Amino acid sequence: MSTQALAQTWYMTQRRLMAVVRQPVFLAISLVQPVIWLFLFGNLFKKVVELGGFGTTSYLDYLIPGIVVMSALGSSMWAGMGTLEEIERGTLNRFLTTPVSRNALMNANVVENGIGTAVQSVVILLLGRAAGASYPGGAGGLLILVLASVLLGAVFGALSNALGMLVRRRESIIGINTFLLLPLTFLSSSFMAPSQMPSWMRHVADFNPVNWAMVAGRSALSADPDRWLVLSRGGALLVLAVIAVGLSTRTFRSYQKSV
Amino acid sequence: MSTRAPAAARNSTRAPAVAARNLIKTYPGDVTALRGMDLGIEAGTVFGLLGPNGAGKSTTVKILTTLARPDSGTATVAGHDVLRHPDRVRRAIGVVAQKSGADPVATGRENLLLQGRLYGMRGAAVKRRAGELLDRFDLADAGDRQVKGYSGGMQRRLDVALGLVHRPEVLFLDEPTTGLDPEARTAMWEEIARLAGDEGLTIVLTTHYLEEADRLAERIAIVDRGRIVVEGTPDELKGELRGDAVHMELRAGVDTGAVTTALTGLPGVHEVLVDGGRVSVRAEDGAAAVPVLLAALERAGAAVAAATVARPSLDDVYLRYAGRRFSEAETADARPAAATPAGGTR
Repeated sequence: MSTQALAQTWYMTQRRLMAVVRQPVFLAISLVQPVIWLFLFGNLFKKVVELGGFGTTSYLDYLIPGIVVMSALGSSMWAGMGTLEEIERGTLNRFLTTPVSRNALMNANVVENGIGTAVQSVVILLLGRAAGASYPGGAGGLLILVLASVLLGAVFGALSNALGMLVRRRESIIGINTFLLLPLTFLSSSFMAPSQMPSWMRHVADFNPVNWAMVAGRSALSADPDRWLVLSRGGALLVLAVIAVGLSTRTFRSYQKSV
Repeated sequence: MSTRAPAAARNSTRAPAVAARNLIKTYPGDVTALRGMDLGIEAGTVFGLLGPNGAGKSTTVKILTTLARPDSGTATVAGHDVLRHPDRVRRAIGVVAQKSGADPVATGRENLLLQGRLYGMRGAAVKRRAGELLDRFDLADAGDRQVKGYSGGMQRRLDVALGLVHRPEVLFLDEPTTGLDPEARTAMWEEIARLAGDEGLTIVLTTHYLEEADRLAERIAIVDRGRIVVEGTPDELKGELRGDAVHMELRAGVDTGAVTTALTGLPGVHEVLVDGGRVSVRAEDGAAAVPVLLAALERAGAAVAAATVARPSLDDVYLRYAGRRFSEAETADARPAAATPAGGTR
């Protein structure tokens, strides 16, 4: 990418980040859900670790990577709403009549989503620490967990954007998100150790990208990370993110033709 | 303006600012927006595209501003082909679309800075330009407030400022006053008239307000059902209607036949129409015809209660060339326009 396009990506990203910072209410609201997961579920299911298979004696330690990843999913899957708003307001068309690089427009979405997810993940990790969780995997493990949730966010952010540009209806995004959110969350190891799950569920979870991010992050954060697990799941997420971003870029091109 | 260095270069070229040939555009669902649009706009002029909603004005603007591609036909803007060199076109044009498009969470100044940077303006230059435009559009005090708190008129002025950041050669104003209250509309008209004085700037204005086109545009093209039905200066168009309309109201008890006979054949008077107590005629010079008409009516024993002279309006022009009243076209075309894909105004 040319330096011009890089600079433009930064300007567009900056614009979007500023919108987030200017509306701190939304930022606060986006943290309500993780906090509920953390403190309510953390306490409610405290004793399930006694069943074994969690790889830790603290349920909170087990739960936190799950919450980080679930929150990345929960916030990214609404990205299309923002895009839709920009289309309706005429902002996207305004940019399209300027010489701004088309890639910069799309990349800014991905970068903004990535920064947002990373910040959100760090905040949750800090809250977890305050609640008494420990992260034996250290800085490296934390970094991998954050990275995995950023990749997952990129996947669902890009898909949501593609959907927004394609259907251009809020109802469709809301419908699909509500339909997907619960199965994606519960057909994963977010709350329950895989060895305690019914076997069919465990097999389904193996194909769930949300679970890939959890498994990779949780393993990296454990005292004894499984390199293969981290690399295979992380790699799969990376491939999926590339595909999703590619798809949304294609949708963007078809949007430009339909203006 | 002395700071507009490129203006001299523009004037020397004298190529048409916009040239479009036989543009055709059909939207999915067989909605034909353009059926052979031809357009030639001389540099440095204000050109009005006038027509009801759904006539094809916005589609034309979208093609000329590189947003949409025509199914067939060619167009150049500022000398660049819109299909082959869209990037060069984008550098040469400023666009003020129907929808604002300004970022509501950002301040007016931030919107301007970003817009300038997208055109490659940097550092002190872009900051100076943003300040200049805020001053010029009377937004200096509001410049550092978020746009969501702006009034409709302020937002529209910011939109125009956004379109001018990079000193374009051609400025597209798509329905610039739709949705503004009368006061803000008048202010916007004054603003556009001032812009028209800018050396070398070509303004392409679309509007469905007859009055707006009449007041601002040096040349007008009337668009109906996807093509141009007539083009000329407002006076030329109105002049073709052969004179003024004189309307008279008669006091009760009139013999229609006698009145018609009395008025027909008077020098400089055509198209006599008597409808009960109301008489309308076309006269080459309305003011001169009034005493002649009154005298003739008096001789016929018809007492006149009131007489008015009306210059032909663009509505009359529209009626003549599109074969229907402007207001009728507005309502009739509203239906197919509503059946277009989401977000589609054309």
